[in-house]
Amino acid sequence: MSFLPLIISLLAMCAAGYWYGSKKALSSHSFAGQQNAGRPHLYGLYVVIWGVIPPAILLILWGVFSYSSIDVSGGIAGKIDKVVFPSLITVAAILGLTLAVRQISPNLRARKTVEAAVYCVLILASTLSVFTTIGIVLSLLIETIQFFEKVPYQEFFFSLNWSPQMALREDQVGSSGAFGAIPLFTGTLLITLIAMIVAVPLGLMSGIYMTEYASKNFRATVKPILEILAGIPTVVYGFFAALTVGVFFRDVGTFIGLDVVSESALAAGVVMGMMIIPFISSLSDDIIMAVPQSLRDASYGLGATKSETVINVIIPAALPGIVGAILLAVSRAIGETMIVVMAAGFAANLTANPLESVTTVTVQIVGLLVGDQEFDSAKTLAAFALALTLFAITLCLNVIALLVVRKYREKYD
Amino acid sequence: MTDIQNQTNKAGWPTNGANKILAKRHRTERNFRRLGLTAILIAMALLATLLVSIVGKGYSAFIQTTITLDINFEQEILDPKDTRSPETLKAASYGSVIRNALRTEFPEVKSRIELRRLFGLISKGAVQELRNAVLANPKLIGTTRAFELTASDDVDMFIKGYISRDVVEQDRRIKNNEIVWIDRLQNQNAIQTRFNTRFFTGGDSREPEVAGILGAMVGSLYTLFITFIISFPIGVMSAIYLEEFAPKNKLTDVIEVNINNLAAVPSIVFGLLGVALFLNVAHLPRSAPLVGGLTLALMTLPTIIIAARASIRAVPGSIRNAALGLGASKQQAVFHHVLPLSLPGILTGTIIGLSQALGETAPLLMIGMVAFIVDIPGGVTDPATVLPVQIFLWADSPERAFVEKTSGAIMVLLSFLVFMNAAAVLLRKKFEQRW
Repeated sequence: MSFLPLIISLLAMCAAGYWYGSKKALSSHSFAGQQNAGRPHLYGLYVVIWGVIPPAILLILWGVFSYSSIDVSGGIAGKIDKVVFPSLITVAAILGLTLAVRQISPNLRARKTVEAAVYCVLILASTLSVFTTIGIVLSLLIETIQFFEKVPYQEFFFSLNWSPQMALREDQVGSSGAFGAIPLFTGTLLITLIAMIVAVPLGLMSGIYMTEYASKNFRATVKPILEILAGIPTVVYGFFAALTVGVFFRDVGTFIGLDVVSESALAAGVVMGMMIIPFISSLSDDIIMAVPQSLRDASYGLGATKSETVINVIIPAALPGIVGAILLAVSRAIGETMIVVMAAGFAANLTANPLESVTTVTVQIVGLLVGDQEFDSAKTLAAFALALTLFAITLCLNVIALLVVRKYREKYD
Repeated sequence: MTDIQNQTNKAGWPTNGANKILAKRHRTERNFRRLGLTAILIAMALLATLLVSIVGKGYSAFIQTTITLDINFEQEILDPKDTRSPETLKAASYGSVIRNALRTEFPEVKSRIELRRLFGLISKGAVQELRNAVLANPKLIGTTRAFELTASDDVDMFIKGYISRDVVEQDRRIKNNEIVWIDRLQNQNAIQTRFNTRFFTGGDSREPEVAGILGAMVGSLYTLFITFIISFPIGVMSAIYLEEFAPKNKLTDVIEVNINNLAAVPSIVFGLLGVALFLNVAHLPRSAPLVGGLTLALMTLPTIIIAARASIRAVPGSIRNAALGLGASKQQAVFHHVLPLSLPGILTGTIIGLSQALGETAPLLMIGMVAFIVDIPGGVTDPATVLPVQIFLWADSPERAFVEKTSGAIMVLLSFLVFMNAAAVLLRKKFEQRW
């Protein structure tokens, strides 16, 4: 018996169990006049729970067995895999269902069992996020450890040369595979810096205008328009950066006599900044809104103008929150992939010149992994090492940002 | 802010000096205000530039150039044995029928190089069009009919004005003699422009003029479906647990911090998780919507949980107390009363989460949904691609004609997103309850 028919027959059995269980509870004479007996469908659910749990446990065991045993195609292992487990599961389901049906009586507290089961499912669902994090860390860590067995970590973190192409032949020149990630980090920093130079002033100023100056109508129309920027998929920004902005900067460069490559860090950074504007503006909007009105009133009462109030009172009061928002934005910019994949270069340049082409951590992860099937070469493993670095950096930024914001909150509550 | 005492005269009115300072302060105030407005205007101008450049490049993707030729469906070529069996008709050489038609149309073209250019006017996909026509109506064989065939991408670009006549011939994809032919066809009214239905009904192709987005749309649909059936129930259950049942302890704290951090993890990291977990450990098929959907579900989960929690929190405690007071159990109060009341908010959050998932590209690149796939996927385990990845693939293609296809696909993707977000806003407006 294969997997899908087994599941379908299990579901059918459970449905029958539900129907029979509720029917029995409904029709049984002994239930009449019983105050503490639950509603019939609870008895149906009670039956279903006993029909689901034993097979589910066996199913998990089966899965573990299938993946752990080396050869399930033949021999005893194959027989266990193909015959023993499916029949065991079916028997367990039937047994569970019949036992549960026999237990149905007015004295059975079906609701208690059902609610306990629901409670367990709820807990399981909410721990999934924890398991996701553990999964991310584990999967990245295992591959990264393998990577550092092949490439020393000193080279990865401190060497200046990145060319992950491994030699195909012994005598090949210049493709020994160098894994110095410094150029990737500097490239990421450069593009992030450009993005922040674009996004922070624009985002912050629009946030300030929205909260302090804008009329209700203006806010209601302009805010959703700005949020469109946040809703546009990054691949669209990438296309825009590569085909419109990059070409525009190159042409302007030629016009004023500068040598701008069309995959310049500037183009990718500016477009990334554009993407981040609404992020900063809506975050700073919330933060400025949270500054108590009494501070503003006090400032106005002393005769300050609005701009003086904003600069001398509101921004200092909101500064921790704004810093937090900027840190969150930085972590987004560092982790952003599609814009840089499409608009920044693949070659690792160690440069601070925004008019040249640089590469980033995310670009290299994509370049190393896309289309590659072998998962044991240093080249593909390097992608996991990069991703772990990326994960660690963004996690730190987020934690710091949250701490800063939390500290600020305590001040005014 | 300034010491005004020194700058008033005896009667207490401000002097010139004080007025000057006041004027300066008001000027600063006006400038600051203008600065804020400028920031907003710049942001909106950037958005407008983006949209205009996409639409300007992309609207022509919905138009297709066709060339009408008198096609002689020769019995000799298509069905020499007069069997009319579908196998023969499928395998017949429709290419030579088209080539013959072009030869009769332009009898003066003789040299091999010129002939190849002449045949290049018609798309390679035109063979399929003829085959379908003949299969649908075998009676065509033996007749001569005027037939509209899709033009090649270069002709299409030329007709749409993307290839200029003024460029030097070596730098031009359409050579001088081809221009002469095209002009002649145009004079005969044999060149038409039509709405490009194939863009919406075809799969991907190496030939830009026959490439369509249906395959990617279906792939996106399957992927979103998987994402929804995984992330929605789990997200709602997590939210219910955390808001209604979770005791204040370490585990709850860990879960909460975790969800907030997961929401900020770069999407590409989820792609690597997908590679390691679903491909390397679970051995699920590569490039399948199933894997893409699972990966995106993990990514969307925090968004849904956060939205659902906010929505559940907004239901006032009096509802719970009323239910409990009438003898409901805590779970009954939650599932019968709180959950239905918070459902509009939860659904709004879910739609927004799904629209993020629809636009997501990077994690899907990781799990191999970048393959070149011509067929429309028939299930969640078939190899497929999704709309954003299709956009990425086309943006990488060198042909000029793919630029408009890419922009066209972006327009389709954006309209889906607009539709989903509008639905979310509408849902919120219609069902939102203020307590």
